[in-house]
Amino acid sequence: MTKRQSLMKRTLSSIALAVGLLVGSATAMASEEGGLPSAATNVNDKASLQRGAKLFFNYCVGCHSLKYARYSRIAEDLGLSEKEVMDNLNFTGAKFGEPVISHMPEDSAATFFGKAPPDLSLEVRAKGADWVYGYLNAFYLDPTRPVGWNNTVFPNASMPNPLWELQGLQTAEMKKVDGEEVVEKLELAQPGKLSPAQFKQATRDLTSFLEYVAEPAALQRQRYGIWVLLFLVGFTLLAYALKKEYWKDVH
Amino acid sequence: MASVFTRIGDWVNERAPNMAPAYRKHMTEYYAPKNFNLWYYFGSLAILVLVNQIVTGIFLTMNYKTSAAEAFASVEYIMRDVEWGWLIRYMHSTGASLFFVVVFLHMFRGLMYGSYHKPRELVWLLGMLIFLVLMAEAFMGYVLPWGNMSFWGAKVIISLFGTIPVIGGTLVEWIMGDYLPADATLNRFFALHVIALPLVLLLLVVLHIAALHEVGSNNPDGVEIKKGPKGNRWDANKPADGIPFHPYYTVKDLFGVGCFLIIAAFIIFFVPTFGGWFLEHDNFLPANNLVTPTHIKPVWYFTPFYAILRMIPSFFSTAIWGVLGMFGAIALLFLLPWIDAGKVRSIRYRGVGYKVSLGLFVVSFFALGAVGAGVVAEVIPAWFGSHIDVTFWENLFGRVMTAIYFGYFVFLWVYTHRGLETTKPVPARVVYDHD
Amino acid sequence: MANEVVDHGRRRFLTATTAVVGGVGVVAAVVPFIKSWEPSARAKSAGAPVTVDIGKIEAGQKVTFPWRGLPVFVVNRTKEQLDALPGQDARLVDPKSNGSSAEQQPAYVEKETRSIKPEWLVMVALCTHLGCVPDFVPVMKPEPFDPEWKGGFYCPCHKSRYDMSGRVYQGVPAPKNMLIPPYHFVDDTHIEIGVDPKEAG
Repeated sequence: MTKRQSLMKRTLSSIALAVGLLVGSATAMASEEGGLPSAATNVNDKASLQRGAKLFFNYCVGCHSLKYARYSRIAEDLGLSEKEVMDNLNFTGAKFGEPVISHMPEDSAATFFGKAPPDLSLEVRAKGADWVYGYLNAFYLDPTRPVGWNNTVFPNASMPNPLWELQGLQTAEMKKVDGEEVVEKLELAQPGKLSPAQFKQATRDLTSFLEYVAEPAALQRQRYGIWVLLFLVGFTLLAYALKKEYWKDVH
Repeated sequence: MASVFTRIGDWVNERAPNMAPAYRKHMTEYYAPKNFNLWYYFGSLAILVLVNQIVTGIFLTMNYKTSAAEAFASVEYIMRDVEWGWLIRYMHSTGASLFFVVVFLHMFRGLMYGSYHKPRELVWLLGMLIFLVLMAEAFMGYVLPWGNMSFWGAKVIISLFGTIPVIGGTLVEWIMGDYLPADATLNRFFALHVIALPLVLLLLVVLHIAALHEVGSNNPDGVEIKKGPKGNRWDANKPADGIPFHPYYTVKDLFGVGCFLIIAAFIIFFVPTFGGWFLEHDNFLPANNLVTPTHIKPVWYFTPFYAILRMIPSFFSTAIWGVLGMFGAIALLFLLPWIDAGKVRSIRYRGVGYKVSLGLFVVSFFALGAVGAGVVAEVIPAWFGSHIDVTFWENLFGRVMTAIYFGYFVFLWVYTHRGLETTKPVPARVVYDHD
Repeated sequence: MANEVVDHGRRRFLTATTAVVGGVGVVAAVVPFIKSWEPSARAKSAGAPVTVDIGKIEAGQKVTFPWRGLPVFVVNRTKEQLDALPGQDARLVDPKSNGSSAEQQPAYVEKETRSIKPEWLVMVALCTHLGCVPDFVPVMKPEPFDPEWKGGFYCPCHKSRYDMSGRVYQGVPAPKNMLIPPYHFVDDTHIEIGVDPKEAG
C-alpha cells in the first residue's frame, strides 16, 4: 500500500461518507413532518396496492379523481387483468386506456362541500405518505362543523370521514390550553366493521396505493437502478485501472 | 480502415489546416501540472452535467407544453405517459442540483488554491459570469413545471426588482408581462431557458476554457510550472512538471466521471426528490395564485443568497438594501482577484489568517444556506425548546453569518493590502508524491 | 528521467475494454431517449380499438371511420363489383397479396376480396405511395385515367389506381395494396376495428 493509494482510498471513503450524510439528512428531513405516525407503506407490495385500489375505487372515486393515472397502467403495475380492472374497479364508465376521472361534476361538489374535492394523483408527493395516513385515521365527530366532521391532522377539513363505516365513529376529548379548546385525544365511540388494527392496515393499503399513483415510475426506477449502479461501479473500477496504468509514466 | 481515416484526415486538413493543431493545443499538447488532486475533477464534471442538461432538456421540450394551463399536466404526462419520460425528467432535475454542487466545489477550489490570481483573472471573471448565467438559467427552469413553488418562487424573485426606486413597479410588470406571473411570464422564461441562456452559457464555457488554456492551469501548490525547468519525457521544451492533458487527465477525469455517475445514478433512481431538496413537495401542487405555500423558500442552491436578502432589514422606507446585499454577495466574488493581493496563491503556503477566514467563509455559506432553507428556524425550537423566540435568534444567527460572509472580503483586503500576512516558503517545483 | 518499459499490451487491453464497456453504457443510455419517441400511453389510448355501426351502409356505399386518426373506409360492395374482381388479376401488381403486399392484410381475410365477409371491405384508405387518401370511384365506366375501369380507388396525388379490394394496378407509383387493419364482426351490423377475431375470442 503506497501513500498515493491510501490517499485515494481515504478520498473515496470520505466521498462515500459525505454522500451518506447528505442522503441521511435528506431522508431525516423528509420523515420529520410534525410528529405524524409513520405510514410504513411499501409500493412494492402488490397485494397491499390491490387492496388499496379496491378501497379507493369503492370509497373515494365518487368525489376524487386521479386524472393523471390510467386504468390500463394501474392494471399493468398492480398485476391485474383488463377484465379485473374493468369489472371490479372501473365504476366511472371510462375506457380501459383512459384516466380515472370522478363522475361528480365539479360545481355540484363545490356546493356540497364548499369547494371541489381535489384531484389525488399527486397527494402523497405533495403532502407525504405519513400525512395522508395520519389524515385518514384522524377524523372525529364535531357538531360545530357544517358536515359534522373534523380532523386533527387537517383541522377544519371540509370532507366528512368517507371510511366511517369501516372505522366506526371517533369523538374527541377536548382540553383547554391557554383558554382555547384543543383536541387531547381521539376515542372510538362506536366500533365500525373493522377492528382498529384492521382499519390501520386498510388505511395503510390505501396510502400505499395513493403513493404508487403519485409516482408510478418508482416501481421501474428501483428495478433498473440497481443494474445501472452495478454497471457504473464496474466501469469506474475499469477506468481506475486504466488511469493507474497510464499514470505509471508520470514521475 | 486506417488508410480511410488517414485520407479523411488529410482531406479535412487540406481544407482546414488549423483544426488539427487546435485539437493538439487543447488536448495532447496542453501541458497541465501533474499534481492535480481531487478538487480538479469538478471542471470536467461541470462540462458533463452541462451536456446532460442540454440533451435531456432537448428531449423534455419535445413533450413539455409552454402554457400556464397545460405546463403542469404536461410534466406529469412526461412522468407517466411518455416512455422513459420519468428518467429524462429526473436526469434533468437531478442534473440541475448537481450542476450547482459541482460548480460550488469548482469555485471553492479556485479560492483555496488562488486560481483567480494574476494572470488568471480573466478565467475567474468568465467563470463568475458562467455562475451568474447559470443562476438565471436555473431559476427560469424552476418556474417551468408551473407548480405552486414555481409560481411563488417566480413571484418573489421578480418582486426583488420592485425594490429598485422609481422604476421598480413598472419593471416588475414588464418582466412578467402581466400583473402576476402568468402565461406571458412562463413563455418568455421558456424561451430564455431553452434558447437564449444556453447559447450564452455555451459561449462563456468556450471562452472560459480558451482563456484557461492561454495561461495554463494553476495547481494545488500555486506554482507556475511555465516558470520552472523545461523538458519532460514528451517534449524537451515544455515544463518539466507538466503532463499532456490527453491521455493522462482524460483517463483520470474518466475515473472522476465514473464516481460522479454512481452518485448521480443513485439519486436519480433511488431518491430523485432528495427528500424535498431537489424536487420540492409543494411543487407537486399546481400553481395557485390565491394560496402561498406555507414554507416558501428557494431551491437549496439559492438559499445562501436568499438568506442574505432576508437578513438585511429595510430602512429609509425601502427594501433595496437586502437586494443590494444579495447581489453584492455575488459581485464581491467577481472582484476577488483585486481584493486579494496575497503574494502566495495556494492555501498550503498562506498565512493562518487566510486559512481561518476562508474556513469561516465556508461555514457562513453553509449556515446562510441553512437559514435560507428554513432549517435554522426548525432546529432552534427543537434544540432549545418551543418557548424560545425563533425569529429573534434566527435573525441574530443569520445576521452574524451575513457579517462573516462580507467580513471575509473586508478582512482579505486589509490582510493582504496591509501586508499582515505571513506566508510559508513556496517550493520551486510542484509537490507530487508518486509511488 | 527514468524511462521504464511500458507494457503496451496491458495498456491497449485496458483502453479497449474501457472503451467497449463505456460504449455499451452510452448505447444503453441512448435507448431511453429513442424509446421516448414511441407512441405514449395517451397516444395508445387514443388509438384504442373502435366499434362502429355498419348497419346503415347501403350496397355500393362507402363510409369513413377514424381509427388511430387514420381514415378507415368501410365499403358495402355490390355483387357486380365482387364479380369483377377476378378479372382484374392480370393487371394487378400482387393480386393474391402474397408477394410485395404480404404484410398488407391479416391472414384471416380471403385473398380475392381481402375481407372477412365478401361484401364488406374494411381498409385503411391511405395510398401506399406517399400516404394520400384516395378517391372512392365505384362506378364501372371508362375513366380518363383508365378506359377499362371496373370501380375502385384513385389517388389524386400521383394517380395511383386500386381495384375494389384495394389492390394496386400495375404501372402506377404505388408499390403495394392498401392496408387491411385487424377487425372482427361483433355482430351482423357492428365491427370492431383494431382487434383480431382471435383476440376478441
